[in-house]
Amino acid sequence: MKRLSLRVNGTLQRYDGPPFTRLIDVLREDWGLTGTKEGCGEGECGACTVLLDGKPVNSCLIPVCHAAGRKVQTVEALGTPGKLAALQEAFLTEGGAQCGICTPGMLMTAWAYVKKGGSDDPGAIRRELAGNLCRCTGYQHIVNSVASAVRKQRRSRAAKRR
Amino acid sequence: MAHVVGTSARRKEGPEKLSGHARYVDDYRIPGCLHGVTVRAPIARGRILGIARDPAFDWDGVVIATAEDIPGPNVVTLIEPDQPLLAAGEVRHAQEPVALVAHADRSRAYQAAAHLKVEYESLQPVIDPAQSEQVFKSFLIERGDVVAGLAAGDLVVEGTYTVPHQEHAYIENNAAAAWFEADGTLVVLASMQCPYYVHKALKPLFDLPAHKVRIVQAVTGGGFGGKEEYPNMIAGHAALLAKKAGRPVKIVYDRHEDMLATTKRHPARIRHRTAVKRDGTLVAQDVDVLMDGGAYLTLSPVVLSRGTLHATGPYDCPNVRIRSRVVATHTPPNGAFRGFGAPQTLFAAELHMERIAEAIGADPVALRRKNLVREGSTLAVGQVLRESVGALQALDECAKRSGFRDKRREYARWNWRKDQPTWKGIGLAVVHHGSGFTGSGETHLASRAAVALTREGAIVVLAASTEFGQGTNTMFSQVTADTLGLPYDWITVETPDTSKVPDSGPTVASRTCMVVGRLVRQAALDLKAALVAEHGRVPHTRAHLREAALTLCGDAAERRFEREYEKPSGMAWDDATYRGDAYEAYSYAAVAVDLEIDKATWEVTVHRVTSVQDIGTTVNPLLAEGQVIGGTAQALGYALLESPVYKDGVMLNAQLTNYVIPTSLDTPEMDVAFVPAPYSNGPFGAKGVGELPMDGPPPAVAAAVHDATGLWITDLPILPERLARAERERKAPRNRK
Repeated sequence: MKRLSLRVNGTLQRYDGPPFTRLIDVLREDWGLTGTKEGCGEGECGACTVLLDGKPVNSCLIPVCHAAGRKVQTVEALGTPGKLAALQEAFLTEGGAQCGICTPGMLMTAWAYVKKGGSDDPGAIRRELAGNLCRCTGYQHIVNSVASAVRKQRRSRAAKRR
Repeated sequence: MAHVVGTSARRKEGPEKLSGHARYVDDYRIPGCLHGVTVRAPIARGRILGIARDPAFDWDGVVIATAEDIPGPNVVTLIEPDQPLLAAGEVRHAQEPVALVAHADRSRAYQAAAHLKVEYESLQPVIDPAQSEQVFKSFLIERGDVVAGLAAGDLVVEGTYTVPHQEHAYIENNAAAAWFEADGTLVVLASMQCPYYVHKALKPLFDLPAHKVRIVQAVTGGGFGGKEEYPNMIAGHAALLAKKAGRPVKIVYDRHEDMLATTKRHPARIRHRTAVKRDGTLVAQDVDVLMDGGAYLTLSPVVLSRGTLHATGPYDCPNVRIRSRVVATHTPPNGAFRGFGAPQTLFAAELHMERIAEAIGADPVALRRKNLVREGSTLAVGQVLRESVGALQALDECAKRSGFRDKRREYARWNWRKDQPTWKGIGLAVVHHGSGFTGSGETHLASRAAVALTREGAIVVLAASTEFGQGTNTMFSQVTADTLGLPYDWITVETPDTSKVPDSGPTVASRTCMVVGRLVRQAALDLKAALVAEHGRVPHTRAHLREAALTLCGDAAERRFEREYEKPSGMAWDDATYRGDAYEAYSYAAVAVDLEIDKATWEVTVHRVTSVQDIGTTVNPLLAEGQVIGGTAQALGYALLESPVYKDGVMLNAQLTNYVIPTSLDTPEMDVAFVPAPYSNGPFGAKGVGELPMDGPPPAVAAAVHDATGLWITDLPILPERLARAERERKAPRNRK
């Protein structure tokens, strides 16, 4: 079998199993990146969202061969419990995580949105997050979390320009 | 020391969840673990004639378990011993587990399950609860004289209401892993709400003494009641396979199986006959409730009990009769779901109030104000509400914040103009929800919780109450910190593990804060007293606390202060007559829903929900608001979107693709406020919050739909097609024979 290589969270990972194995299974089972969660296995819930070349995708719908030679980012690329990234801090402060199972996927979608300079308008954030289901929060605190992260990034970018 | 109760202290386990470090069942890599798969019956009712292995399949490495392998009685212990762990002889519902297989390779396990051939003889199932002749449980609650009362009003308003199944749709499916230690101890690691329920169920199944069964909660990705009793089943399955295999076994359902096979909210039909005076005074309420329990009794009697006790709505009416029953059908057992029977009966009660308001031409707020419970009111069971009744304050604040009366006038003008593309409406509802188990339930549970000081000076809360998103860990830490006058960060909460924590009862019934939180506070007060006795005060530095810990612990690793539930003085309940103080305290909510309906597509868009509640003291405003907003979203799904489709007792849309739960775009902005009426026996005055938000939104939605369109939609969910059909029937009523 042809060996595939992917850049996962900045590290080159090699894979030589069946090429049509789902990306989520390779991440979780071959590489132990269990931060990415499976909620439905059919691309509805978004719990398995990872970034593929910076764009959010459902890793349960992507065969690993499709990601070959590309950049994959998972929740493990953000901060650790002792040193959370700003986006994770915002979720903690604003109540964006409850049971936590949708959280890694939600963070990936939100991360891409914040990085591309999305606005803090609640309506825009809701449209962006519509592919990630959450059954606990009713979304409002997630929207607040993302808006807060957007504003914080804006402030820090403005401070750097000065 | 600054107080932490009343502040939005950060979620205790938040950093682990936010970094992907929190471990859910499927995240554990267990050496030598097999994957378990369940073989399920495709028919709703029948007899099992035989189970045979397909000779063409390679069975190498496959472990098979059937009912014959169960060491003890084939019963999942809950209320009645009627549900088998694996069907033996008889099938009573589609998707009933019949056999189990396991293999080291997951896909191989699924293939093996498909090649295990089970032969059935089909029998005619009973699917319609109205046709069922098997009653699991019934109640009759009476106050005054309902027959005389019905004759004494100025008019009688009647209505029939129905609500469907609802799927919990926690994002983490049910999952459990099990193994046997070298000394024969059975260990289960599962996604669950109630470790001691699983403990109680597995002891007899495996014929093991209490100390040989250890149940550990993994981080749990949502529950909502769906992981109250079902984990007994999946844990039993994993354990049985583990016993047969002599290796650890993990069972993780996929979404389809979870939706097909696990519990749902009980569907119900509720009838109301209410006598009322022209001035709005309620004279008599006659309520009839029918619930569909599914194939086994499971928790149906208690779901029916709570539904029955909430069936009149939060009103003081002198003549009441509530007749209720839950019956058996050949469908998967219905079970616990946030609200536990109350959302069903409160939908009917509150929408019926709207119809009463229309019938007598009364303002819906004024009608409710006239009849709402207040301090001194008496409920149908004879309970006198002595304190902590914030229903009126919630209603007034909700009407004010939502601009209810102004919006009604504004929307009436909008709807009167025929050229508008939409109708607009606003509706409201007021609900109550009893905190804790019903009646003497808490006394029977005799829950225990503890606070320990370790030799190292750590303060640890020990309780079986699980964290599955609501904020149990955070709330316990806040209560303990303020009781001791120590920083929040100094408090840790032990993982619910039956080998480490006492039995605090199940994590259900809006009881964790009010009931178990009180035990934690009492235990912390005992620790405080011991520290004061020993040192004159609670040490305020880590170093001093460590010193104090050494003296308090003596030779032991920790000094534990444990408390057991004591019934508050003055509370009385009679199980035989079902009269007395049904709940220690009730929380209250008033909800206004503001929506718009497209005249062409009948699509309903909710623009805003205003939710005002009395949950007593708000221990953590951010978490409480999270409960309210999340519960409201789930209730809006129940009201408008979630439409389970059944054929011959099988759910046809058991997928998130076509069983639609609200997305961020379906969920409106919510305005949440609290009007606390503290409860003297709650920790720092707190009552329950978890289930309350599920109760109010559905009737408020239906009231708003009526305000917008003039249509009474009495059956949930209010789908566009249901609205369109109601409009067609209004224009051209069908000829009914």
